[in-house]
Amino acid sequence: MLNFFFHTRFDYTLMIVSIGAALLGAISGALGTYAVLRRQSLLGDAISHAALPGIAIAFILTGSKTPLILVLGAAIAGWIGTLFIVTIVRLTRIKYDSALGIVLSTFFGFGLVLLTLIQRQGNANQAGLDTFIFGQAATLLQRDVLTIGILGGFALLITSILWKELKLLVFDEGFAASIGLQTRLLDIVLTSLLVIAIVIGLQAVGAVLMSAMLVAPAVAARQWTNRLNLMVILAGCFGAFSGVVGTFISSSATGIPTGPTIILCVTFMVVFSIVFAPNRGLLWNSIKQRRNRRSLKLVTNRLVESASANNRIIENDNRKY
Amino acid sequence: MHTQETKAIQVTDLTVAYRETPVLWDIDLDVPPGVLLSIVGPNGAGKTTLIKAILGLVRPAAGNVLIYNKPYAVQRKIVGYVPQRGSVDWDFPTNVLDVVMMGRYGALGWVRRPGKQDRELAMHAIEKVGMEKYTTRQISQLSGGQQQRVFIARALVQDATIYLMDEPFQGVDATTERTIIALLQELRENGKTVVVVHHDLQTVTDYFDWVMLLNIRRIASGPVEETFTPDNLRETYGGRIAFIKN
Repeated sequence: MLNFFFHTRFDYTLMIVSIGAALLGAISGALGTYAVLRRQSLLGDAISHAALPGIAIAFILTGSKTPLILVLGAAIAGWIGTLFIVTIVRLTRIKYDSALGIVLSTFFGFGLVLLTLIQRQGNANQAGLDTFIFGQAATLLQRDVLTIGILGGFALLITSILWKELKLLVFDEGFAASIGLQTRLLDIVLTSLLVIAIVIGLQAVGAVLMSAMLVAPAVAARQWTNRLNLMVILAGCFGAFSGVVGTFISSSATGIPTGPTIILCVTFMVVFSIVFAPNRGLLWNSIKQRRNRRSLKLVTNRLVESASANNRIIENDNRKY
Repeated sequence: MHTQETKAIQVTDLTVAYRETPVLWDIDLDVPPGVLLSIVGPNGAGKTTLIKAILGLVRPAAGNVLIYNKPYAVQRKIVGYVPQRGSVDWDFPTNVLDVVMMGRYGALGWVRRPGKQDRELAMHAIEKVGMEKYTTRQISQLSGGQQQRVFIARALVQDATIYLMDEPFQGVDATTERTIIALLQELRENGKTVVVVHHDLQTVTDYFDWVMLLNIRRIASGPVEETFTPDNLRETYGGRIAFIKN
């Protein structure tokens, strides 16, 4: 183990890859908090799947694998997918969850078809595009990490500038609108932030599992705190931590895809938090429940005792007369 | 005559429809300044929708709303709003003080953060509703009545002239109900106009001085003693109302 760390410590590639994984974990974790609190976890899943054809089309149009171009394609496709969902719900009687399912699978299927077509064409430059499906953090280059850092930093900056507006939008949209906040606009901003958080993680984590990077850190963080700012920070930390650990594990042997490994790490954190967190954790609750039951039992026992004692007195009295 | 008198709220020919179904039909309502008015009607009568239409939260199919002779968009700073308690997720990670402080967001405007003065105003409102022991309590750990008080404190912080409250008595304990009604009456004494969606017909005459009877259409509105009559109630609730006091 120690040998492993010594071996990898000064490995430049691994350092770049870990920084990238940490950054995208932190950003998706922090922004995912809003998706979780708005009950839009599944929207993240739809966006990440819908982004795949965007990557393919961006490559077909430009022939380039410049991260910014691919990310832009992914973002546009993700946004179009979201618009489709909203429009389907508004114009038809199809429910939100069905619309999500339809858009998610159609877009993802379309993306797979396009990727296959690109591979058939035999363009040598296309190698590596399929990592966007399951993710391969090892393919992250310095320019990818730079893109993640800049886009993610921008998203976090917007979040902090619009902190109180976004908080109110998520907590009480009606009240927010009543005091004159443009809730439509804020909604678009928040969805855009979500899209950014998703597309910057696609290369490392993959379209299939990216939404877990949004949801899981936030769910784990909610267990430990009752404050929004701490929740955002904690979720960011959890995301970053699992990003780094997942990357290390997956690069310790060949052929382990990074996406699933990172997701397993963050899932472990979720399970740990759900069981062991104070106040909200299962363990805590069951201890509290047992204690309550015991004290209740004591009280009822005492009541029963005093009642039977009373009865005895009454019986004795009755016997007297 | 009184026709030239400025109305706090003036609703004219208001119709709201969800898809094809009308929820409110051709509503006219004049609310004079300084009254404590309850909106009463059966479930699905459109009470909440009327409040939301006054606040511009739902787009009417026809008609308009004026607040002191001007549209709501320019008057929103003088209107305070208490939404239905059930309309938000109380498991949201925040505490009492933070929610009450949200009442200052309108005055603060975009981006600016609340400061010391906003905090003091919030604390003052929290004291008014008797929640000063709970300022740092997570909001999911409050009782229904306490949650309602938090919402009312948030509206008080808005320091409005007109208050619109959607079922502030819903699911609250007797103490909270007394606290709230005392507050509403105090607001009226200070010249504020308070509009309350209300469910309990038995308390209308005790609590309010004006009433509007609503069932998609406006059945009647005016001072309680003239308007809250058995005939009007029967028309509002159909045959379903079994007993009427007095």
